[in-house]
Amino acid sequence: MNPLTWGVIEPFYKLAIGEDRKGQVNTIIKMIGLPLVGIFFFLLLWQAAASNIQTSLGQFPGPVQTYEQFVSLQAEAEAEALKEEKFYQRQEDRNAIKLEKNPEAEIKIREYTGHPTFFDQIGRSLVTVMSGFILASIIAIPIGIVIGLSANAYSAVNPLIQIFKPVSPLAWLPLVTMVVSAVYVTDDPSFDKAFLNSMFTVLLCCLWPTIINTAAGVATVTQDLKNVSQVLSLSWWTHVRKIVLPCSIPMMFTGLRISLGIAWMVLIAAEMLAQNPGLGKFVWDEFQNGSSDSLGRIMVAVIVIGIVGFFLDRGMLIIQKAVSWDKTADIR
Amino acid sequence: MSLSKTLESSNTRRHFLKKTALAVTTALALSTGACVSSAYALGEPEKEDLKFGFIKLTDMAPLAIAYEKGYFEDEGLYVQLEAQANWKVLLDRVIDGQLDGAHMLAGQPIAATIGYGTKANVITPISMDLNGNAITVSNKTWAAMKSHVAMEDGKPKHPISASALKPVVESYKDAGKPFKMGMVFPVSTHNYELRYWLAAGGLNPGFYAPHKGDTSGTLNADVQLSVTPPPQMPATMEAGTIEGYCVGEPWNQQAVFKGIGVPVISDNSIQKNNPEKVFGLREDFYEKYPNTTVRVVKAMIRAAYWLDEENNKNRPDAVKILAQPNYVGADYKVIANSMTGTFEYEKGDKRSEPDFNVFFRYNATYPYYSDAIWYMTQMRRWGQISEAQTDSWYKDMAKKVYRPDIYKQAVDELIADGTFKASEFAEVTKTDGFRGVQDDFMDGIPYDGSKPNAYIDSMTIGLKGDKTL
Repeated sequence: MNPLTWGVIEPFYKLAIGEDRKGQVNTIIKMIGLPLVGIFFFLLLWQAAASNIQTSLGQFPGPVQTYEQFVSLQAEAEAEALKEEKFYQRQEDRNAIKLEKNPEAEIKIREYTGHPTFFDQIGRSLVTVMSGFILASIIAIPIGIVIGLSANAYSAVNPLIQIFKPVSPLAWLPLVTMVVSAVYVTDDPSFDKAFLNSMFTVLLCCLWPTIINTAAGVATVTQDLKNVSQVLSLSWWTHVRKIVLPCSIPMMFTGLRISLGIAWMVLIAAEMLAQNPGLGKFVWDEFQNGSSDSLGRIMVAVIVIGIVGFFLDRGMLIIQKAVSWDKTADIR
Repeated sequence: MSLSKTLESSNTRRHFLKKTALAVTTALALSTGACVSSAYALGEPEKEDLKFGFIKLTDMAPLAIAYEKGYFEDEGLYVQLEAQANWKVLLDRVIDGQLDGAHMLAGQPIAATIGYGTKANVITPISMDLNGNAITVSNKTWAAMKSHVAMEDGKPKHPISASALKPVVESYKDAGKPFKMGMVFPVSTHNYELRYWLAAGGLNPGFYAPHKGDTSGTLNADVQLSVTPPPQMPATMEAGTIEGYCVGEPWNQQAVFKGIGVPVISDNSIQKNNPEKVFGLREDFYEKYPNTTVRVVKAMIRAAYWLDEENNKNRPDAVKILAQPNYVGADYKVIANSMTGTFEYEKGDKRSEPDFNVFFRYNATYPYYSDAIWYMTQMRRWGQISEAQTDSWYKDMAKKVYRPDIYKQAVDELIADGTFKASEFAEVTKTDGFRGVQDDFMDGIPYDGSKPNAYIDSMTIGLKGDKTL
């Protein structure tokens, strides 16, 4: 992949080397200027609307208040980092005393016990969503290939997929919670139950688009290619690897992109209910706090959730383009 | 009244005893030197990494203070504190081991042990606070009931009885509409306080009939009570789903600040110095990690002491900590309103309430058997305990849940390591766990923890004797 051919960079690069200047300027205006205009008008509208909405927690936060809350969240994270440093210092001091008393004493340095900052919570949400998504993909892609190859298997499984696909994460969560606490019983849990609850809920909700799209992709393999495979008398495994997979990759990735989008949306709801640290819990906690800053902070979270979701989607798009054999296809 | 008088008269005598006791112990300590402390020395904690849950209420303060002031770390404990969505989630997570312990409603460990709701052996080694709740009604309801409230110097005369609310409820009844109020959990202090207040004013808050599968608690109710998590109370009342609620702070003051409701009575006026939140943990946790448990209690006693020290001098600092978004998170001024010795009723009607939150004074941390039994009498009164039980059943259950033995061990340790003087715990080291006859309820009915059945029978509204629904 040559970064100079990336959509965002290409016009600048071409402009720099002096290739079709007018055309490049036009492209840049379309690509950057128009979105900026859109955002500008959105901010104006937001500000105007916000100043007219009076809630019992004060005025609805406009762009300025939201930005202020973002700054204060940063300041809080910095203060927390300082506390963390002191926490480790205290531990070391205490361990030193312990060792002095008894040189054989067993000492441990434990992780910081303070609360996760906003930025930690973004990280934790990403870990949860990616674990759920990757597990779901590992399950969904093989199923999709199998039912795509056999029309009979497809008929058998399709009704189930159609029934489970529209189920809301909120309906799964109580079941997942009870099953996890019944099945996952250890004295030294390496995973938090709340983490498992939200992860499995995400998994259950984002399986379906990948299965359906993979199956559809597999079904697009043309008769010609199948004939080739038969003429060469390829084994089942080689047929899947050399013919089916490459053909179905574009559709498969369409499915994966939809799945990841759903996973991210579901995650926020799951974290709220499962009380798993992350952006969902952040929003819920702030709602419960009901302080005059709360709405602004929730607004920061809303925007961050949107931006993270956007980048996840773009990330998938880049991978999709990279692995797709048909480089001319317009994927967006 | 009579109780405080007897206390006073016995005080001088006790003072003398205390002095001699102190002299004897000091002499002993001096003669045996280091031996005493080593004999007392508590072992290292068996489990050092702990996770405790709490609900966003100001009475979770002892946990936040024990963490922020490093009292947990002084005991070699590394504690994580985590806010929970509601009381049910909190209890379930303690029972299935996701949390090692939690800030709980006094009724929760009791109900879990007697098997009302989720059954599990949950114990209470320390009580977290006294008082701290209030009943708030919506602006609309307040406007309707105000004309029935006695006035004094242009302000409503306190305490306001629920009899002022009776005409309002009746007008709802005439219009064929139910009058609804919120409380935080079926076995919450708030539920029993709200019921006590309503019943004392002649309103029936309804019965539970768990043996028939009815756990809504609205049988024969004049006022229908339903569950709403504390932080959502103001929003639920604002939406018009409920006309009032009983909840802990800062959610009553929040209603005043938002201008959506008026607190009418604090729970301290319903029952003076009523026990409120406790620290609850599983019995098998204690059996497995006794040293850890005692150390947790030690840290929490220190935190409670700090909170009440020298006439609440540390309260402003405490409010600053509680206002952090990871603890209670409401605005400083909202929390400060009740935590610093005042309470605002109608907007502008700020009254002095030095005992609105009590964390240490009046032996607030000691888990009294008689407090546990009072909650059980209320469970029986409203049908949550569906059949009559003997006096000894009540006592056995109280002894199973409330564990002053753990508390006393922690106190001994604190005295032995010099953190506190024995005189500061003189009363609690002597008590048999019963407070004696208490007659500081708003309707004047006296309560004797050693005779629960007689007390249940003395109530006007409620199940009595062997009556079942």
